[in-house]
Amino acid sequence: MSEINFIQAITLALARAMADDESVLVLGEDVGADGGVFRATDGLMKRFGDERVRDTPLAEAGIVGLSIGLALQGFRPVAEIQFSGFIYPCIDQLANHASRFRTRTRGRLTCPLVVRTPWGGGVKAFEHHSESNEAMFTNIPGLRVVIPSTPKQAYGLLLAAIRDPDPVVFFEPTRLYRAAREDVEDDGVAAPLDRCFVRREGSDLTLVAWGGMVAEALAAAEALQGKGVSAEVIDVATLKPLDEETILKSVAKTGRCVIVQEAPRTGGFAGEIAARVGEGAFGSLLAPVQRVTGFDTVMPLLRLEDVYLPNAERIGAAAERVMAYA
Amino acid sequence: MIETTIPSEQTPGAHFGIGYTRYLGPDGKPVATLPPNLADPALAIALYRALVRTRSFDEKAIALQRTGRLGGYAPSLGQEAVFVGAASAMRPEDVFVPSYREHGAQLWRGATPQELLFYWGGDERGSSFAKAPGDLPNNVPVGSHSAHAVGIALAFALRKEARVALAIFGDGATSKGDFAEALNFAGVWKLPVVYVINNNQWAISLPRRKQSAAETLAQKGVAAGVRGEQVDGNDVLAMHAVCAAALERAHAGGGPSLIEALTYRLGDHTTADDASRYRSDAEVSPHWDEEPVRRLQSYLTSIGKWSRDDQERVLAEMKGEMDAAAEAYLATPPQAPSTIFDFTYATLPAELRRQKESALR
Repeated sequence: MSEINFIQAITLALARAMADDESVLVLGEDVGADGGVFRATDGLMKRFGDERVRDTPLAEAGIVGLSIGLALQGFRPVAEIQFSGFIYPCIDQLANHASRFRTRTRGRLTCPLVVRTPWGGGVKAFEHHSESNEAMFTNIPGLRVVIPSTPKQAYGLLLAAIRDPDPVVFFEPTRLYRAAREDVEDDGVAAPLDRCFVRREGSDLTLVAWGGMVAEALAAAEALQGKGVSAEVIDVATLKPLDEETILKSVAKTGRCVIVQEAPRTGGFAGEIAARVGEGAFGSLLAPVQRVTGFDTVMPLLRLEDVYLPNAERIGAAAERVMAYA
Repeated sequence: MIETTIPSEQTPGAHFGIGYTRYLGPDGKPVATLPPNLADPALAIALYRALVRTRSFDEKAIALQRTGRLGGYAPSLGQEAVFVGAASAMRPEDVFVPSYREHGAQLWRGATPQELLFYWGGDERGSSFAKAPGDLPNNVPVGSHSAHAVGIALAFALRKEARVALAIFGDGATSKGDFAEALNFAGVWKLPVVYVINNNQWAISLPRRKQSAAETLAQKGVAAGVRGEQVDGNDVLAMHAVCAAALERAHAGGGPSLIEALTYRLGDHTTADDASRYRSDAEVSPHWDEEPVRRLQSYLTSIGKWSRDDQERVLAEMKGEMDAAAEAYLATPPQAPSTIFDFTYATLPAELRRQKESALR
């Protein structure tokens, strides 16, 4: 066991999956000799060869489309899309094809593939490199959508995604790649794909977040503690299918709920969670559910990025509004 | 004066050509010497039966649709030889990757008329393909299946299996990025994949000349390092031969091919289309003189291998098969409502289970 960061946990999981199962392939732009632009596939080509770790021509939709063909033939491709802003051409392949083969053929053909992509802002990257577009995928039946927030989660959830018999879109918060390190045991144990993580227990308020916003929610919870407010923090991690029970159970206990998302506000996944809370925990609510989100604007370029991104301060302010509700 | 000498092998520039294959003219008379396998009447008769079977299926499907007993349907009238020619050149273990008009290929590969009626009648059991278990279901978003064929071919190459993926799409698909991306992958990795363009001259209302300024669509392969050629898509013998050669090359590790089959869409795009809105009878009717079924019938008759009795017998046989398929389709109740949920994931997630329970309450 050793202390590693998020990106190293991704590499560790990929290597583990490839060593365990010959049908696992890694493909994408610059994933081979270069080891990926973030080094997620560092060393894999050397270890597993250029047939199983395949540099592709530059064609995002085609990468996912050919991954579908591989999956239909029994391989388990793990495709890397270099940045989440480049994943839009792949939506046709995911929504029209990957997610539907099982239904369309009544189980004759299935699509066990993973599309990994760096996701979200906070690293002052180029234009189109900081998108948080998960809601476009959570609305697609037949897909799973996963966004881990720690090295341990990254390892366990990526193993689970690769082993899952259905297509998974796996978003990796870029800002966490080289953030916290933790002990990750390379034990080959997958994490469940349908469970939220309770990251901090509390009794007055439930903060729900995922990806890069979990750390902000935890920081807000810490600050609230100093003001006498006990906040529970739920890390959704597996957005689709959503583990609604864990969230509803928490809100039933606290009576207050603030949902944090990095994505633009309208049509975001926070709205889905708010609706579930409204439908499933209305009787417990002591205050209206609040959302802290990005704005309905284009993701700003790096100099104004911080204006856009939700942070602990904005989360804390929302929490105080909720606590003040009579 | 400065003289520059560039060795010829380093001279930039290249020359390309696009071949064209036809064995039977529109009147059914050979225009070239038939190779021995094509000259074998047994093959021609088998192909002819498949053409008639395809057209019989078309007639039955349209009749069912016009009487409100089928959802909608994409007729293959006039293009039967493209589909029968391609499929008849494939091995059973190859994988067929269709768009949505290739009924003749699906029937040849073992899909049953009843399965195809299920599909067009709105029942997912129509893509079960019990006798062609590796083949893909119809692909409705135009051209996006060209990438699936790349992945399937890559799987064969990785496993060192002598199998080929064969995909068919229309002339319109060649305008899409999916097509360009797939050809590029196939070329750069020299994959065992054969692409057949069913160039029926119409993408719904858009004629071929407005689809692309390229002189041929086959030359789009050249740009990707993929062998491109044209074939008379109304000559099933030529279709069979050109596809067989491309499949043989692919099986032997020779890489991909792009085959542009020149044919004509004699019918509407689908039963929801009215082609008279955008093309006249005067535009369509000359193409009836080139259609594939009568062409092969003329040829078979001319070599003394087909009679009026043979014709009546095969028509009756095919009508009987299609009538029985239609009866079986109509007599089969829809699937249980719960099945709309059951195949979304390998195991039903909790939220979907709740939705299923509420729907079935």
